[in-house]
Amino acid sequence: MDKGKGVMVGGRRWAVDFTDNSTSPSSRDIPDPPGFSRSSQDQDDSTLSRQKKDAESNWKSQKAWEVAQAPFKNLLMMGFMMWMAGSTVHLFSIGITFSALWQPISALQGVGKVFESYKDSRVDLLGPKLLFIALNLGGLALGVWKLNTLGLLPTHASDWVFSLPPAQEVEHSGGGILLR
Amino acid sequence: MDIRVFLLLLLVLVSSVEHGFSLYEDQVGLMDWHQRYIGKVKHAVFHTQKTGRKRVVVSTEENVVASLDLRHAEIFWRHVLGTNDAVDAVDIALGKYVITLSSEGSILRAWNLPDGQMVWESFLQGSNPSKSLLSVPGSIVQINLKVDKDNVILVFSKGFLHAVSSIDGDVLWDKDFSAESIEVQQIIQPPESYVIYAVGFVGSSQFDVYQINAKSGELLKHKSAAFPDGFYGEVLLVSSDMLVSLDATRSNLVTISFRKEEISFSKTHISYLVGESLGIPVILPSKLSGILAVKFNTLLVFIRVKSEGKLEVVDKIANAAAVSDALSFSEGQQAFALVEHVDGKILLTVKLSHDWNSDFLKESIAMDHQWGLVQKVFINTYIRTDRSHGFRVLIVMEDHSLLLLQQGEIVWSREEGLASIIDVTTSELPVEKKGVSVAKVEQNLFEWLKGHVLKLKGTLMLASPEDIAVIQDMRLKSSEKSKMTRDHNGFRKLLIVLTRAGKLYALHTGDGRVIWSLLLPSLRKSGSCKHPTGLSVYQWQVPHHHAMDENPSVLVAGRCGPHWDAPGVLSFVDTYTGKELNALGLTHSVAQVIPLPFTDSTEQHLHLLIDSDQCAHLYPRTSEAIGIFQREFSNIYWYSVEADNGIIKGHALRSNCIGVVDEYCFNSSDLWSIVFPSESEKIIATATRKLNEVVHTQAKVIADQDVMFKYISKNLLFVATIAPKASGEFGKPTPEESWLVVYLIDTVTGRILHRMTHHGSQGPVHAVLSENWVVYHYFNLRAHRYEMSVIEIYDLSRAENKDVWKLLVGKHNLTSPISLYSRPEVMTKSQSYFFTQSVKALAVTSTAKGITSKQLLIGTIGDQVLALDKRYLDPRRSVNPTQAEKEEGIIPLSDSLPIIPQSYVTHALKVEGLRGIVTLPTKLESTTLVFAHGVDLFLTRIAPSRTYDSLTEDFSYALLLLTIVALIAAIFVTWVLSEKKELQEKWR
Repeated sequence: MDKGKGVMVGGRRWAVDFTDNSTSPSSRDIPDPPGFSRSSQDQDDSTLSRQKKDAESNWKSQKAWEVAQAPFKNLLMMGFMMWMAGSTVHLFSIGITFSALWQPISALQGVGKVFESYKDSRVDLLGPKLLFIALNLGGLALGVWKLNTLGLLPTHASDWVFSLPPAQEVEHSGGGILLR
Repeated sequence: MDIRVFLLLLLVLVSSVEHGFSLYEDQVGLMDWHQRYIGKVKHAVFHTQKTGRKRVVVSTEENVVASLDLRHAEIFWRHVLGTNDAVDAVDIALGKYVITLSSEGSILRAWNLPDGQMVWESFLQGSNPSKSLLSVPGSIVQINLKVDKDNVILVFSKGFLHAVSSIDGDVLWDKDFSAESIEVQQIIQPPESYVIYAVGFVGSSQFDVYQINAKSGELLKHKSAAFPDGFYGEVLLVSSDMLVSLDATRSNLVTISFRKEEISFSKTHISYLVGESLGIPVILPSKLSGILAVKFNTLLVFIRVKSEGKLEVVDKIANAAAVSDALSFSEGQQAFALVEHVDGKILLTVKLSHDWNSDFLKESIAMDHQWGLVQKVFINTYIRTDRSHGFRVLIVMEDHSLLLLQQGEIVWSREEGLASIIDVTTSELPVEKKGVSVAKVEQNLFEWLKGHVLKLKGTLMLASPEDIAVIQDMRLKSSEKSKMTRDHNGFRKLLIVLTRAGKLYALHTGDGRVIWSLLLPSLRKSGSCKHPTGLSVYQWQVPHHHAMDENPSVLVAGRCGPHWDAPGVLSFVDTYTGKELNALGLTHSVAQVIPLPFTDSTEQHLHLLIDSDQCAHLYPRTSEAIGIFQREFSNIYWYSVEADNGIIKGHALRSNCIGVVDEYCFNSSDLWSIVFPSESEKIIATATRKLNEVVHTQAKVIADQDVMFKYISKNLLFVATIAPKASGEFGKPTPEESWLVVYLIDTVTGRILHRMTHHGSQGPVHAVLSENWVVYHYFNLRAHRYEMSVIEIYDLSRAENKDVWKLLVGKHNLTSPISLYSRPEVMTKSQSYFFTQSVKALAVTSTAKGITSKQLLIGTIGDQVLALDKRYLDPRRSVNPTQAEKEEGIIPLSDSLPIIPQSYVTHALKVEGLRGIVTLPTKLESTTLVFAHGVDLFLTRIAPSRTYDSLTEDFSYALLLLTIVALIAAIFVTWVLSEKKELQEKWR
């Protein structure tokens, strides 16, 4: 995820726009040189820039999909770590489980930020976003499942009755062997 | 210290079944105390040897033989004989052996006088065990005499006269009197002769004398004389040839001269002798040589016996309490001590037997009235520095305490009443008042500083052995634990104990000292109450929420006679001041006392007293109490266990008593009864839950997150019955004809919840019931071993409450009050284990909230208290527990229960004659106080699951402080360094 971000930021350090989109010659003080046909030039230019833009948006959406898929790797790794940690409660397994819970949550909180750089009017980010969210939710589910296998979720009756005080008795009886 | 911590950690890590209790050597005495007692003294023999330490040898009603230091009252040595081995007589032979006769005259033992080691033991055979000669005091007599340099002890017991060598305990000869139908009263050997006289009665009106050769035991002569008036009671030897007895009408004194050719009687009318009729005479058994003491109610009359059986009154003493035996000192002079009570003081008079009119010694001694009246006196003489004779006396008081009087003052006293505790309860100490400064506790700043410097040295391991001893002493005598105020952890309390003498003591749990003692006036002999006995003690008023300014008080129940239909007495005692607040002489008897779980507005507990007519009487007798009682009237039941008849009956209260106008009296009707067939079952033990036991939870979570609901009822009764044939001695019954049946009975409805038979098992049964389980101990005849069994009882009617969602929203009825008439379905699980020791008492730890796991406290036959984790007695143990069960803490099943030497809570000490173990919860949940009582007292503090809620005693605060200081210093240094570096950085 970070890697993707880095690449993206490196690409956007600076940019000079050489394309001239204006079509009316009156906007310029200097008349067009003879033999220069603005329309053909325009035509040419516009196709070129469109191609460029297409490439960029393609690149952006590709990147966005890449970013969206990134949690999948994490998921696999987390799964492996959880398998390694075993099902008994100790420091390692608890750490793993809580990081497995924390990572998706923090990722879900920053969903907007992650996809901000790929924001483009021509790029459809809904798909990658949904995938990203789904994968992170998957990660969260994995974490919760792990928590349950560790027995830390109150899903059993025993978790709700373990500290119930004994019921009071209505009747009271005393006595015993006669005092000697 | 570090090594110790490491070892501790290692222990914890290595074994999961590690025990929660063990001590280091330097922790002994920090939280436990032990007091040694001997009991009420029956006989005392002074050690007359000129060399050696001043000692007295005593035998007591607790079957103790002990040697005491006369200077400081400390015990040199002590032997506690078995409960059936009562000491009949004690004497000193050869100047180096203590001879004791016990078990109704059948065991004769010699103990080495200086160190108390047993030298020899002889079992004296008696052919006639049915004829109890012990009922006649004085029939068992020992006389030491010399026969050819060999000291011979004469013992008469069970119809036989034995001559026993005092060197090795060999029986030299014996003479059988059992065929002669004589009731031997005295064995007399005049010092100068080789003839032993055995005198006694045949029937009630014939007097016989047998003369026996002291060397061979052969019968020399048999004389017989008839006395038509008949005799009453026993005979007393007043001189070497004269006996005195009462005639059958108890109005004449009869002197018997037995050494002449013919036995001659001489009769003197008592009213003629003393001038008026004074009541029923009783001859005191004191041997006063030539004088005889006769008691009429409170008047003591001394009568001198002259030659030819003439009697003469020498003195009448109005308030005499006790008379000692005569003691011969220089040149055949004989003296005896007489104790009188005069205006709250005691008057000690030492008189010479031959010269009545002069008092050899007369001392008046002020005495604490809490000791009561003098009951016994033993006199001893010593040589003063000016070569004259001085006397000291040992007196036994009404409250069983033992005092030594010498030169008009009390040299020492021992509170021997504490050797016979009947019942124990507890009371909180007062809350600490503000304004008590530290300076008051610590003597001065210098001492305080010195102490802390020493402690620091100790923690840094710089202390020398002397310093360590001083530190240890400081730890033991810490004023913190013996303060008279409540502490945060609830370790400091008052133990209120009732003793057999009717005395109430308040002991401090910190160091075991007596805070106050009270000889209960209502439990003393008086005109309306002839034979008072204390029964039990209960918490009467325990102020905590309301009525904080009131002092707590206890209720002592007693009765005026040995039978259970004798009228009762109640006494209310303030536990802070030790004063009796109120005493009630009851018109009804006290068969049972039932504390009810209700209190009135002043925090007085309601008590129901059941009398022998099955009427219930409510106390306190206030209209408020009756209001509270009426509200719960229909829910109050009681039950009675008639062990002799084999019946358990349940009763319900009906209405006010008929006949008497008493709104606090209610009669009851029988609801149910369980009758055990007398030919096959006999009740030998019952157990109920302790009333003050707190249970934290009703559910038990087992492996795989499953839940079992405990059957927790305060109205559960455990009953053990055995086959009547198996109730006899050990080894008598065969396994086929003996069985043990255990029952769990609901005492409200009479429903038998569980019944189980152990075939081939035998009593005695000790049982303890707590929460939803009962543990009992018995003997297995087939395996020839002791066994312990556990029964756990679970409630099946609640088992379907397993829907998480219902529980989540609180839609369950698990905490709503239940009625036992709903007859919940139950399930029991049980398991048995071998246990290598026989048991004297069984108890269980109890904590404030009931969260901490439980330990069984087993009073072993060796008079020690062993703590055993309840986890060992878990019916779910199996040979191969599953992984989940292992995680739950289930121990793999073994056939016997382990005895871990470190888990003896009494460590190296013994609680001699152990009778009971009482556990008291402290405010700290992990901790419980254990009080074991018998002849000795022992109190300690144990934590069954370790002290998880507080730092341990040996926690190194110094190390913690050092670490904190070091860390702060490190932070400071690194901060300074970083500042400097930053500055340099900026200058570059």
